[in-house]
Amino acid sequence: MSRVVVDVVLKPEISDPQGQAVLGALGRLGHDSITSVRQGKHFVLEVDGTPDEAELKQIAETLLANPVIEDVELHLPTD
Amino acid sequence: MRIGVITFPGSLDDVDAARAVRLAGGDPISLWHADHDLKDVDAVVLPGGFSYGDYLRAGAIAARAPLMQDVVDRAKQGMPVLGICNGFQVLCEAGLLPGALTRNSHLHFRNRDQVLQVERADTSWTHAYETGQRIVIPVKNGEGRYVAADADLDRLEGEGRVVFRYVGGNPNGSSRDIAGVTGADGRVVGLMPHPEHAIEDLTGPSTDGLGFFTSVLKAVVSA
Repeated sequence: MSRVVVDVVLKPEISDPQGQAVLGALGRLGHDSITSVRQGKHFVLEVDGTPDEAELKQIAETLLANPVIEDVELHLPTD
Repeated sequence: MRIGVITFPGSLDDVDAARAVRLAGGDPISLWHADHDLKDVDAVVLPGGFSYGDYLRAGAIAARAPLMQDVVDRAKQGMPVLGICNGFQVLCEAGLLPGALTRNSHLHFRNRDQVLQVERADTSWTHAYETGQRIVIPVKNGEGRYVAADADLDRLEGEGRVVFRYVGGNPNGSSRDIAGVTGADGRVVGLMPHPEHAIEDLTGPSTDGLGFFTSVLKAVVSA
């Protein structure tokens, strides 16, 4: 069993009102040094056997993320 | 004329869409997302709602439902398809329409009667209107902000793919006030507002939505 992590975040050119709402809250709490927040999704996949990188890339790019508006990063086990 | 209405788990407006088809003079045919059976329909409506709870992204899981592969194949052969609200999100996720719908810019669910300007009166679903005509139909969504890269928006506008724009206030922060778009052949149309909720004076703000359904009946006859 191995663990694969996929991170998905809106592309820089797509505005992120959820991240902006978090940024507003941080400002109200006095954390003035934070200048930007982008909110995304973090998927943890348990995989039987050795992960097939091509298959996982396909899963990440065609289901977990919408490439029209989101960037995706695949993190395979490094052992 | 057989007009299919797909029900996904979490669809809400499939019954209203079927009623709109009937009032327009067509035969509404119920379709189930998990079947590989389009039941010989001439056109398909994807209704509003929250398919699969809108988990992952709005419309994302529904776009991979078994019946959607059949819809995509038939749409590529010219079958008219209308996606309303969640149905529009599904069509974008399925790659039948460009762009994507995401969280409203103000983060609130917005529910109101909305003025739209018809930009294209030559699609399978808008023949009953005139270019430049203004219609009033309800809009109700939390993830209705139409987005795409600027270069893609320029290309869509250049190709005349914008079918409707919001007038008198943009309810969700959609890029360039875009409320609905069409595919390259003018047969697949998606929009966030709900024409099926504006077909009778008793229950809607107008009867302006009925034209979607009368349009497709004529489009299918002439095809």
